[in-house]
Amino acid sequence: MAGPRQVACVEIGGIPISLATSDQAFFDLLRQRYHGFLSTSSSQFELEFDLNGSAAISDADVRVRRSGEEWIIERGDFYARWDPRSGRGLVRQNANPYSLDSVLRILHSLILAERGGFLLHAASAICDGRAYLFSGVSGAGKTTMTRLAPRNVTLLTDEVSYLRPGVDGYSAFGTPFAGELARPGENCSAAVAALFFLEQGPENVIEELPAGEAVRRLMRNILFFAEDPGLVERLLATACDFVDKVPIRRLTFYPDGRVWEDVRNFMGVAEHA
Amino acid sequence: MPEDCIYIARSSAIAARALAGEMMVMNSVDSTFFTLNEVATTIFQAADGRTPLQDIVRERVCEQFDIDPEQAQADAKEFVTELSSHGILLVSNQPMSGQGTSNAGSVAETP
Repeated sequence: MAGPRQVACVEIGGIPISLATSDQAFFDLLRQRYHGFLSTSSSQFELEFDLNGSAAISDADVRVRRSGEEWIIERGDFYARWDPRSGRGLVRQNANPYSLDSVLRILHSLILAERGGFLLHAASAICDGRAYLFSGVSGAGKTTMTRLAPRNVTLLTDEVSYLRPGVDGYSAFGTPFAGELARPGENCSAAVAALFFLEQGPENVIEELPAGEAVRRLMRNILFFAEDPGLVERLLATACDFVDKVPIRRLTFYPDGRVWEDVRNFMGVAEHA
Repeated sequence: MPEDCIYIARSSAIAARALAGEMMVMNSVDSTFFTLNEVATTIFQAADGRTPLQDIVRERVCEQFDIDPEQAQADAKEFVTELSSHGILLVSNQPMSGQGTSNAGSVAETP
């Protein structure tokens, strides 16, 4: 139902984005969905939502391309234009949260690419003040790792990890983008201790990955959709920098609680090596 | 000039980065990703569109690596065929410049 224009500011990864709508039900939905990430920060970016889109949620491939100075982001269920110079954009979709999540993820991926960060298909969690990332193909065990986490571990996400460069390495931030766990991450951050590429096996084994293989796996799991050679070049540079600064390992694990002990012990060994 | 003289150039639609002695190459159109060994990296970096492949192999590869010249030429052709099929390298029987080729004289290196 049309009403007064309302704006909610959603801050993920320290980047506040204003979401504006005149639809009260949609406004309530986005405030509920991003509850832990609502912010009073002054935002550099704004998306205006036009809920006249009628297409159903789509599995079609998303397309992200430049048109002049603007980015065009489209999938079967939404169409968006965003101008990085003004920071403003328009989204046409119907009032479903899945399209909204997708648009937000893509917008963050574009903003992050320019800032040396990226979104990674990975679970992440903070343990002993440091963030651990767990990536891999669907079914490799990302959600399992979060389910097995000890009580003192803070979940950042079980689906999409948010990574930005810091003074000394990279930091991981919580995101509201949930996977199988259907639970949003906590809105906090920590320096990244390590990234593990997961495989399930009969016992826990942590192995070093050659740099080339690490970059290959990293690039395969980074969420990035833009058909833009300049940004791809930037992203590859970021991936190489990440591999250079963050320990990256293959973690073959048997799914029980001992794996977290091995992860924590590995960091102790790595630091004293 | 031999009849089978070919020229190779890096496509402008790729991103490349050197890390820990290896060259990472990615096609920005279809996201195919390659890791090149030292010999392949030498050929890739010398792919300026103006130097014949045979000269690159003779003057760069055979000079730097202990490798049989005939075998090196054959391996280089195979490598070029593979990368050109993925749009990483452009191949022509005459010198190339301009559209579609990378102007980068060198490839960035991650320290």
